[in-house]
Amino acid sequence: MGRLRHLINIILLLVLSTVGLRYLFESIFALPVAASAEARPIDNLFNGHFWMIAFLFSLIMVLMLYAIFVFRRQDGDETDGPHIHGNRNLEITWTIIPTFVVIGFGIWGAVTLNEITRPKEGEMTVDVVGKQWIWSFTYPEQDNIGSGELVLPVNRTTVLKMNAEDVIHSFWVPEFRVKQDLVPGRETTLRITPTEVGSYKLRCAEICGLNHTLMEADVRVVDAAGFQAWVDEKQAVPAFADLTAEERGAFWASAEGFGCVACHSADGSPGVGPTWQGLYQHEVPLADGSTVIADDDYITTSIHDPNSQVVGGFNPNIMPQNYLEQFAAREQEVEAAEAIDLDITADIIAYIKTLQ
Amino acid sequence: MFRNTRIILTSALVKGLVGQFVAWALGYGFIAMLRAFRGLPTPGLYEPAVAFGAILSVIGFLVGAGVLTDWLKLIVGKRTPLRHGAPEGKPEWSRYLNVDYNHKVIGIQYAITSILVLLIGGLFAILFRIELAQPGMQWLTNDQYNTLFSAHGIIMIASILLGVGAMVNYLVPLMIGASDMAFPRLNAFSYWVAIPSAVLILMGMAVGGWDTGWVGYATLSLRAPLGIVLFMLGFWINGFSSIAGSINMLVTTATMRAKGMTLFRMPILVWGAAAASIIQMTATQTVGVALTMSVAERVLGLNFFDPAGGGNPILYQHLFWFYSHPVVYVFVLPGLGVISELLPVFARKPLFGYRWVALSSMGIALVGFLVWAHHMFTSGMADALRMPFMFSTMLVAIPTGVKFFSWVATIWEGKLPKNPPTPLLFVFGAISVFLIGGVTGPILGTIPTDLHLHDSYWIVGHFHATMFGGYIFPFFAALYYWYPKVTGRMYKESLGKLHFWLMLPAFWVMSIGQMSVGLLGMRRRVADYDPALGITTTHVLITLAALIIGWSVLIMIYNFVASTRTAPLADINPWRSRSPEWQIPSPVPEFNYAVPFEVIGEPYDYGLDGATYTREVVPVPSGD
Repeated sequence: MGRLRHLINIILLLVLSTVGLRYLFESIFALPVAASAEARPIDNLFNGHFWMIAFLFSLIMVLMLYAIFVFRRQDGDETDGPHIHGNRNLEITWTIIPTFVVIGFGIWGAVTLNEITRPKEGEMTVDVVGKQWIWSFTYPEQDNIGSGELVLPVNRTTVLKMNAEDVIHSFWVPEFRVKQDLVPGRETTLRITPTEVGSYKLRCAEICGLNHTLMEADVRVVDAAGFQAWVDEKQAVPAFADLTAEERGAFWASAEGFGCVACHSADGSPGVGPTWQGLYQHEVPLADGSTVIADDDYITTSIHDPNSQVVGGFNPNIMPQNYLEQFAAREQEVEAAEAIDLDITADIIAYIKTLQ
Repeated sequence: MFRNTRIILTSALVKGLVGQFVAWALGYGFIAMLRAFRGLPTPGLYEPAVAFGAILSVIGFLVGAGVLTDWLKLIVGKRTPLRHGAPEGKPEWSRYLNVDYNHKVIGIQYAITSILVLLIGGLFAILFRIELAQPGMQWLTNDQYNTLFSAHGIIMIASILLGVGAMVNYLVPLMIGASDMAFPRLNAFSYWVAIPSAVLILMGMAVGGWDTGWVGYATLSLRAPLGIVLFMLGFWINGFSSIAGSINMLVTTATMRAKGMTLFRMPILVWGAAAASIIQMTATQTVGVALTMSVAERVLGLNFFDPAGGGNPILYQHLFWFYSHPVVYVFVLPGLGVISELLPVFARKPLFGYRWVALSSMGIALVGFLVWAHHMFTSGMADALRMPFMFSTMLVAIPTGVKFFSWVATIWEGKLPKNPPTPLLFVFGAISVFLIGGVTGPILGTIPTDLHLHDSYWIVGHFHATMFGGYIFPFFAALYYWYPKVTGRMYKESLGKLHFWLMLPAFWVMSIGQMSVGLLGMRRRVADYDPALGITTTHVLITLAALIIGWSVLIMIYNFVASTRTAPLADINPWRSRSPEWQIPSPVPEFNYAVPFEVIGEPYDYGLDGATYTREVVPVPSGD
């Protein structure tokens, strides 16, 4: 009779505790809004796991606390507990049942993964580049327009083809649930089907050095018409030949250009690199103790060979040392498309001059 | 007073540190000299010179401390008898600052060093936790933040390895009836080599820090500040401690057990320690390879990981996790052994399913080798690789479950005390916390949910629960439980309980809070977060909890220090344990057992009248 009473107590406590915990999880383990088609099957799996967490935690805790409080030594009792060495059937039971449960969850996971990674109809491609500490996006199917914010049409699957220029980064928008690293030297892909129009934040989830915390980009999900309007607006940008050197410089510095703004602010706020505000023709203290005047020559050298004259208080080896080649490649590309004689370095210096 | 100062200044520790910095300067000077011959100037903190000096500095430490002296003498054919007891004319405490070959001295050296390193790592955590209490940057820069969390990780790992070394060294020979470890000199080497390794890591923070976390992924490691070289070399050197220590432990267990102590009659803690040692002995080398390749790529210009030269950054992750996943089982298996060891003593009941518990340790160790790539589910591996690793990862739950069920079955109908003493409280705490860590694991094992949780604070909460439940709580339980054995005195029970009741709730809040903010989008390894995520209140709670945990550990240290002199003498066997180490005087005599024992029964036969585990070997009169 005693055994049966314990069993009933345990089952009652277990049910109470499991349901109570699962209810509690609604608040302490809340997920962000689900804003993608991929989020739905993933959230179902989350739900299954949360029930399992509530049940397993309750099972062991209820049994343990029950044993602690119900069976504990009474005052004056000096005897030992019953001499029970084990029970093979019990051991086999609690080996076999968990085996089936975890394999079941494994299959559930595999099916879900297959669902969210398989190619869908009407996919659109966006090329994503991550580099310390900035994101940029190119739309190959929309005339290669470039953007510093990720704009996605709602209810259409976008394949992100992702590359990292320097170190590993990771693409994560919590509302979309899925995450994928960007690895230097290989292209990785991620499929997202946004289902909710709105604004989100993309943040790098893999430690990528000094300013990892700040590596983020805006994500905007818009309806089909809005997306087309945005593309038209982007495509309407004037040719480089129609821009002034200062305007081109500002473009090169942006995320769509070479991402200088990730480290060099234009408004005097501190960053990984020195700010550009008030830089031109002013005295710059160098790490070796000397000072130079920030003229055209100095800025050119600093862009092409950043380690040669490091500014005091800043670290060497952070800025890429191949901008000369990067610029040359881009200049060729633009010159092939437009009749223009381009000098990106000069454009950037022209832009810096405006930041007084 | 003057005499004590002299003893400290001439101790192996101080001589070793002097040797380390002298050798470092020599190494640096050597490279500078080579460059000077070629007419090149050597700038301050020139990386190859720092790295070369760092490698020499470890040898400098070992030579200075005298760790290698006996071996060097052996090479030239001199006899080197093992010295026992305190050095002539010096007090007993000086043994702990010098190279000593007694396993109990080395065990205590490990324990004290482990706790000191724990305090350093904990201090770092508190520094950056205060920064995280509020959004926006308050008092750290990104640079300092990155170095602090990176150092926190590796320093805590060093502390845990030292703590595992403490338990293994002190307890295993006692439990199996050996007079010492199999290789006493190697044992001393394993301990002492961990000191210069820790110095290198701390120096790495001083020369610019590093911003890669403790994982040191390529290609970030190739661009990180100079500190990463010292971090990687320090980590690498620490591997020697792991490998040598684990070989010693396995040989000791295999060859020096008391008569009649078959494998399934060993105290269960020895099983946990053996499983951990097998992992250490076989996995440490791969992280050594990964670190060697990283340092060689940076310092010598070899190309392994940088794709610009044909390398592969994912290769580093495979090599790294092939060690660094199994190593978490090195951390937890001895701790789980402590739980299994203590529960029968306090419940006055046999350990339920001894063989299953013992073999589940081996099962965890084995499966632990097959799951490393679950750390890389978002790295861009093919699905053909992700799927098998998902299933193998889920399998870890099975042997872990066996342990939980066996613990519960052990205390079922057991006679647990009405007012549990501190070690038992910590065992209960360990089970509850390891349970949190355990049940929050499978959700990371299934890939779709991991795609959201990977590199989020959910992971941070999950592994802190695993580490605290599998190591910290059991380690503290072990410290309280064997404190009377080690010192002969009883700690203050009231302070022990205070420690527990501060630490357990605080830890629950911290760990569950971390998981909660992770679900909402808090990334790992960030110095700041967007208040729009709605996680600020939880972050305040996590920081407060971390502070409480910090204070509670200080209470434990005060308790232990204060009790060494003033506390009442402890009974020989205050917990009424059947284990052999509790049948001899406390503190344990130099050679452990005056009379060897033999095993004639099961280790955990509580509740069986007349059962005995060990008896003294009666010397048999010789035949002639």
